[in-house]
Amino acid sequence: MSRIGAKFEELRSKGEGALIAFVTAGDPKPKLTLQIVQTLAKHADIIELGIPFSDPIADGPTIQGATGRALKAGTTPETVREIIRQIRRTSEVPLVVLTYYNIVFKPGVDKFVRDFTVAGMDGIVIPDLPVEEAGKVLKETKKQGADLILLVAPTTTPERLKRICNTSSGFLYVVSLLGVTGARERLSGLVKPLIADVRKTSRVPVAVGFGISKPEHVKEVIRAGADGVIVGSAFVNLIAKNLKNRQKMLRELDRFGKTLKAAARLVH
Amino acid sequence: MYVDKFPSKGKFDRFGGQFVPETLMPALEDLEKTYTKLKDDPKFKRELDYYLREYAGRPTPLYLAKNLSKRVGMKVYLKREDLAHTGAHKINNTVGQALLAKYMGKTRVIAETGAGQHGVATATAAAMLGLKCDVYMGTKDMERQRLNVFRMRLLGARVIPVESGSCTLKDAINEALRDWTTNVRTTHYLLGSVVGPHPYPMIVRDFQRVIGREAKEQILKAEERLPDAIIACVGGGSNAIGIFYDFLDDSVELYGIEAGGKGLKTGRHAAPLCDGSEGVLHGSYSFVMQDKFGQILPTHSISAGLDYPGVGPEHALMKLRGRVHYDSVTDDEAMAAFKLLSETEGILPALEPAHAIAYLKKMPPKFKSKLIVVNLSGRGDKDAEVAAEAMGVKV
Repeated sequence: MSRIGAKFEELRSKGEGALIAFVTAGDPKPKLTLQIVQTLAKHADIIELGIPFSDPIADGPTIQGATGRALKAGTTPETVREIIRQIRRTSEVPLVVLTYYNIVFKPGVDKFVRDFTVAGMDGIVIPDLPVEEAGKVLKETKKQGADLILLVAPTTTPERLKRICNTSSGFLYVVSLLGVTGARERLSGLVKPLIADVRKTSRVPVAVGFGISKPEHVKEVIRAGADGVIVGSAFVNLIAKNLKNRQKMLRELDRFGKTLKAAARLVH
Repeated sequence: MYVDKFPSKGKFDRFGGQFVPETLMPALEDLEKTYTKLKDDPKFKRELDYYLREYAGRPTPLYLAKNLSKRVGMKVYLKREDLAHTGAHKINNTVGQALLAKYMGKTRVIAETGAGQHGVATATAAAMLGLKCDVYMGTKDMERQRLNVFRMRLLGARVIPVESGSCTLKDAINEALRDWTTNVRTTHYLLGSVVGPHPYPMIVRDFQRVIGREAKEQILKAEERLPDAIIACVGGGSNAIGIFYDFLDDSVELYGIEAGGKGLKTGRHAAPLCDGSEGVLHGSYSFVMQDKFGQILPTHSISAGLDYPGVGPEHALMKLRGRVHYDSVTDDEAMAAFKLLSETEGILPALEPAHAIAYLKKMPPKFKSKLIVVNLSGRGDKDAEVAAEAMGVKV
């Protein structure tokens, strides 16, 4: 079983929801990412690292900002692979890579998946790769023993849901709303019925992302039946807010991670 | 051999496809289903024909440019898309898609625009058919195409400035895709070129085929034979596919001209077919300008409408098959052609088709005295300011 699967199993036996923390690798500088990840991993169960892409169509302004800072700081996929290697030297935290398809395609899907899995990647999310186009990545991830995590959205039809659930491994990434990533004041009304639907079909754990940015959101989503939450923009906002003060940045990430994990833990 | 064979299962051979977030997949399926049903529906066809004729001013003339012919040593006909309503071929597609949106029960359309021509054509069709319209436009393009921004606003559209990335067409498409993801239930994304995820490259091509269909009839009537070559500029590639398509199975040589910017060697251009590589951008697998890691590169062209790092997947197929010759001309060559056509024929071409006109001077010698059709895809009034600046003239 993959690190991701094992982690969800461990959490289930403890009756806890999973906190999956996302940041863009290289934001604001590649040399800070290791520290940011170590800080988040104190509380988060799984770390999701974004490889910045020039045209992130699924992302709202917050993560676009992170992408811009990371690219400006010279972050390349090779930089991110090196960061992953560094994380793996000291930590067994499950690592999910999120990037857009062209970044995976350009060096060759087989090479990309192999190189990143060897470095320590456990799973990959590609937001612009629907199940119809996923064949090649699926084959390579299977070969390398990594998970391909697919997304479902509120617009996903029952037929598509079945097909996606049959293909996704590690977990299923449930997009909570119609729209792009970004912190929201309130949880989308679409999310509860969606979780109920997905629960019935999915063989793998279900994690909900997009717009999840407060402890109340975490509680609601876990209570509705999700196995975990993915929080990205809310963490990235803390990075963006504290670009000039690294200590404060890490302190706030630490504190916020702790609060969110407590919310995920206390539900059951 | 080619016509009506592609796309097959959403692909042009290995190109095309649907690389978009899951949220949009059902909308693309819906769009394909509705379009497939409507395209042969007599009522829809009648309605579309009516608007193209009575509203957009079709058929557009095929004009024998005698003075230009003399200057370039070939017999040159111009397909006058500049005379279509709103001044470019874009209206063919926007009337078609806006009608499609109506039939699908959508109340709002969104569009991206580079030069502003597609934005104006979308705003126009939306006004006529009573749809709400928002147009995304890069701030750099808003600056160089101020007149079109004003025109869109006059037509009742909202122009939403896009300040991300390079502030041009590519970023406007990113923003339109994000909007569509958010408002997919009420909104139709009225994409302006043969790019993007399936079924867009097919739908836009089909709506633009009218250019080639008319041109074929007109040249046969005028010359009683087919032309030896057709030239069109290629940004995303909709006017080129539009005029090429009905000649694909004939022995007519086809030339697609990309924006060579400051020259291919400088890297400052927008010519992915000539100097790019295979990749995925905006939902479709085709040729793109990218670095070795797959990051999309900034482009440059004097023409905002060609300033785009990608190109339609069917063009990638035509390149692969060798059916169309793809080449480029520089900013300077396009500017010279802009002046040449203005002075010899009294026609101000848009800077986009000025690239096609410019290529007349670069055609292989075997075309001397031969019969050539150039797709004059739009008029150049919108470019007067940019042209003046390039010539160092203060207006």
